[in-house]
Amino acid sequence: MKKKARILVVGGGPAGLAAAAAAEAAGVKSEDILIAERDGELGGILNQCIHNGFGLHTFQEELTGPEYAERYARKVRQARIPYMLQTMVVDIREGERDDNGVGKIKYVTAMNKTDGLFTVEAQAVILAMGCRERPRGALNIPGYRPAGIYSAGTAQRYVNIEGRMPGKEAVILGSGDIGLIMARRMTLEGAKVKLVAELMPYSGGLKRNIVQCLEDFGIPLKLSHTVVGIHGKERLEGVTIAEVDGNRKPIAGTEEYVSCDTLLLSCGLIPENELSAGLGVELSPVTSGPVVNESLETNVEGVFACGNVLHVHDLVDYVSEEAENAGRNAAEYVLGAKERETVSAVIGIRPGLGVRYTVPSLLRPGHMQEEQVIRFRVGDVYRDGALVVTFDGTPVMKVNKRVMAPGEMEQIRLKKRKLEEYPGLKEIRIAVEPADSLRA
Amino acid sequence: MEGIKTENRKGNNGNRKQELVCIRCPIGCMITVTEQEDGTLGIAGNTCGRGAEYAEKELRNPTRIVTSTVRLRNGKQAVVPVKTAADIPKGKIGECMDAIRHAELEAPVRIGEVALADVAGTGVDIVVTKNVAAET
Amino acid sequence: MFDVIIVGAGVSGCAVARELSRYDMKTAVLERASDVCEGTSKANSGIVHAGYDAEPGTVKALLNIRGSRRMEELSEELDFPYKRNGSLVLCFEESGRRKLQELLERGKENGVEDLCILEREELVRIEPNISEQAAAALYAPTGGIVCPFGLTIALAENACVNGVEFYLDTEVGKVEKTEAGYRLETSRGLFESRTVVNAAGVYADIFHNMVSSRKIHITPRKGEYCLFDKTAGDWVRHTVFQLPTQYGKGVLVTPTVHGNLLVGPTAEDIEDKEGVYTTGEGLADLLERGNLSVREVPAGKVITSFAGLRAHEDGGDFVIGEPEDAAGFIDVAGIESPGLTCAPAIGEYVADLIRKRIPAPEKADFIAGRKGIPSVALADAERRQELIRENSAYANVVCRCELVTEGEIADAIHRPLGATTLDGVKRRTRAGMGRCQSGFCAPKTAEILARELGKDLGEISKAGGASLLLAGHSRPQGSDCVEMSKEAGHTDRLLRQEGREA
Repeated sequence: MKKKARILVVGGGPAGLAAAAAAEAAGVKSEDILIAERDGELGGILNQCIHNGFGLHTFQEELTGPEYAERYARKVRQARIPYMLQTMVVDIREGERDDNGVGKIKYVTAMNKTDGLFTVEAQAVILAMGCRERPRGALNIPGYRPAGIYSAGTAQRYVNIEGRMPGKEAVILGSGDIGLIMARRMTLEGAKVKLVAELMPYSGGLKRNIVQCLEDFGIPLKLSHTVVGIHGKERLEGVTIAEVDGNRKPIAGTEEYVSCDTLLLSCGLIPENELSAGLGVELSPVTSGPVVNESLETNVEGVFACGNVLHVHDLVDYVSEEAENAGRNAAEYVLGAKERETVSAVIGIRPGLGVRYTVPSLLRPGHMQEEQVIRFRVGDVYRDGALVVTFDGTPVMKVNKRVMAPGEMEQIRLKKRKLEEYPGLKEIRIAVEPADSLRA
Repeated sequence: MEGIKTENRKGNNGNRKQELVCIRCPIGCMITVTEQEDGTLGIAGNTCGRGAEYAEKELRNPTRIVTSTVRLRNGKQAVVPVKTAADIPKGKIGECMDAIRHAELEAPVRIGEVALADVAGTGVDIVVTKNVAAET
Repeated sequence: MFDVIIVGAGVSGCAVARELSRYDMKTAVLERASDVCEGTSKANSGIVHAGYDAEPGTVKALLNIRGSRRMEELSEELDFPYKRNGSLVLCFEESGRRKLQELLERGKENGVEDLCILEREELVRIEPNISEQAAAALYAPTGGIVCPFGLTIALAENACVNGVEFYLDTEVGKVEKTEAGYRLETSRGLFESRTVVNAAGVYADIFHNMVSSRKIHITPRKGEYCLFDKTAGDWVRHTVFQLPTQYGKGVLVTPTVHGNLLVGPTAEDIEDKEGVYTTGEGLADLLERGNLSVREVPAGKVITSFAGLRAHEDGGDFVIGEPEDAAGFIDVAGIESPGLTCAPAIGEYVADLIRKRIPAPEKADFIAGRKGIPSVALADAERRQELIRENSAYANVVCRCELVTEGEIADAIHRPLGATTLDGVKRRTRAGMGRCQSGFCAPKTAEILARELGKDLGEISKAGGASLLLAGHSRPQGSDCVEMSKEAGHTDRLLRQEGREA
């Protein structure tokens, strides 16, 4: 079976839905777009994020995950954009031949129960596969391997979709937002959450979640602590936690046994780029997501990326905004609205001191909109510092920040006019300027 | 469910004193609120008016949105997510959860549908937050 | 009354069972776990050793070479993953050359084919990631890698198909000599048999010592391992061993037959026969030692770590055969490395011993072949189409990391000695073996298990026993729940119900 699409969107979560809707709004006929979603419904992981706090930026109201997802799913349905559920894309390949001057065809191989194994010929592909949680194995937590150890998202699915409890007494490792949210969920559902241990000296989660998910219920947050032992041969019986030093190494003598039947892990998210890698998309070792330019296009022409597959976001509102951008750019690409430059100046955007990465990391002034948003994360907690943008070493912009933390995404908005003042610009650098010796 | 923390610490002079982390913005100011014997509040540590407003609300009338799930009969999933349509007093969370725990709906359900009216006497409804079709 | 009861459904027990299933005798396997391959057989290096290690003339040496020669043919017969990737033993200093030469001579004496010494230049050519310190290596082209679960499960399934009775969740407590043979007290009642094969792994000494005054003693020797993502699977192509150095006994670095990278094991003698825990020190140590062999193993790509116990008998050799004072009780004890390699040969060897006692004829209807679960991940497009045409469930991907479909999982559940647990599905299909370590697929796999076995999700376990995945419903079930109308205004009823409960 062969199918054709001008734009194929891999993933029907918040990123894929917003990208598809934006591509349609930008003039691509809805029947020329196809969304492939591996789950049984649209909305992705938002469907299990039943807590509120989504959409404050986008809709100026506090929605729950399923409500937020439904807003975008409705857009897609109303635009009559076709989507396939329970459909797994297993391979994407770039073809040899040019498709009417649009660029090389992308052969997208997918499987589902209705259509079997099939290939979609697409002019553009939008990667929106999201991310996965870092498992216990990747953390190399020593001990036994009993039942009762779950990534926080897996537990969230059991509780919020299946209506099942993963356990009765839990310890949570990692104070990322999913971990904090699950501490509250488990507590409200009658489980005892004994503590949340965080390896770093600060939490990776939002302040609001620390207050409303932990403090409200008297759940201790143990910073600079980690799990150093897992006990119980069949079902988890307890964990040993220990304090860690400045190098995140456990301090001997600080070990403490905590009995529990459940350990939830909320220790980081990893963009899922196996498909991208198979296609030859260049990945950033820092974000594990594709390296993209201002159009959110990867090094493979006509392949765009957005959402958590590109870099892990803190707020879904930014995912939607970014995905809309990717959708519009993909639309422009397939509609040939922009002259394709064969030789074009490319400006590198580099992370400076304190900045871990930037998205995008390449900027072609010829393709730039009036304003370019550059998103990134800082590597530490900074108080009363500033973000400084330099053009080939010349400071051009400084934004004072009361506080910056790794858990929250930062952004800088660059104006096109500003760039035009610097013809021949090679490199934009974004760095943190810490307050004098006041680094927290 | 374990008790939700609503108690305040008593200061030496009989004043109620509470320390809070402000959550109105990412700065997270540490605010100390002291309730004087005449009932007025002393608020310190905040760096803006929103902080004072937050502290006063947290001390006088802390409220929360509660999200959970309600058992769903004949649905494509076993439970359906719900929320309080508005925030409810923090002290009512336990009672609210007790009511939610014993509720049941029948699929199909739609976003906004009332699952439980006037939960725990708060005047606030519990509403469905996801469309779930009936099991076919 | 059975002719033979085999205690333990590890690789040795299953190999014996499969060989005995050729003959017209009544054979049973008793296994305390809920699945086969739950002990030492599930946590080891998965290596088919060429056979240069063992002292010539020992049982180990004899069985090793036989097993190694038999493995390829067996893998085709029983359809399990095996690959002859060749192995290297590195020496790091000139003084090690003598030892390499000794190994080479010993290997030749044991009958290992095509052994040779490679100089550094040649070594770097065939293994570009080899470490700076590696001076030379013994190269054994006949060395291989095998899926230890694949091998054990294939043997068990084939034995089962040929009439061997498997009693899982059946723990043997006591073995007693009787007039007719042996009586075994188990968690599931009494079993009687003319002969017993003691393939109880780290527990084999306990059963042996119940019937023989010539005591044996098994020490669980713990080995910890780190398994790496498939993107690190080509770090080396051969199985890279080390000569013992001043850092102690070496660890190996090897690709697995499924394309991951495996580094380990450590070696630590412990008391606890269930002590399959990893330690921070052990894991750090093995990564460090792995780095002696190869250029910086990519520690960031570890996807899981685990520990296994080798059954080390004090004498250092396998203990296979009848104790003088316990006729009809056949030990298969002390089966440490290269036990996995030896398994096919152990099966034949022990079957011969049994047949001397019970000369049963060969079955005319013995089924020698077995087809494994089709792998969608490994199938080409045409084969995938074919599978999907047969059953659309082969198009429903459950485990995205390893590309395992609902069809494969259902097959794993329904075949002979089918999976009943999450780990059982994992070892048969690889669902959950990948980089997310079952974060996404575990709930779906559990659901399929429940559906196919006609159980409630709450009854599904990781590996049987008390290893249940879930701890009940978040909501009261059945009559405990108030019926709700969809209109508002049912709070009163609810409150009445609350009142009754209070």
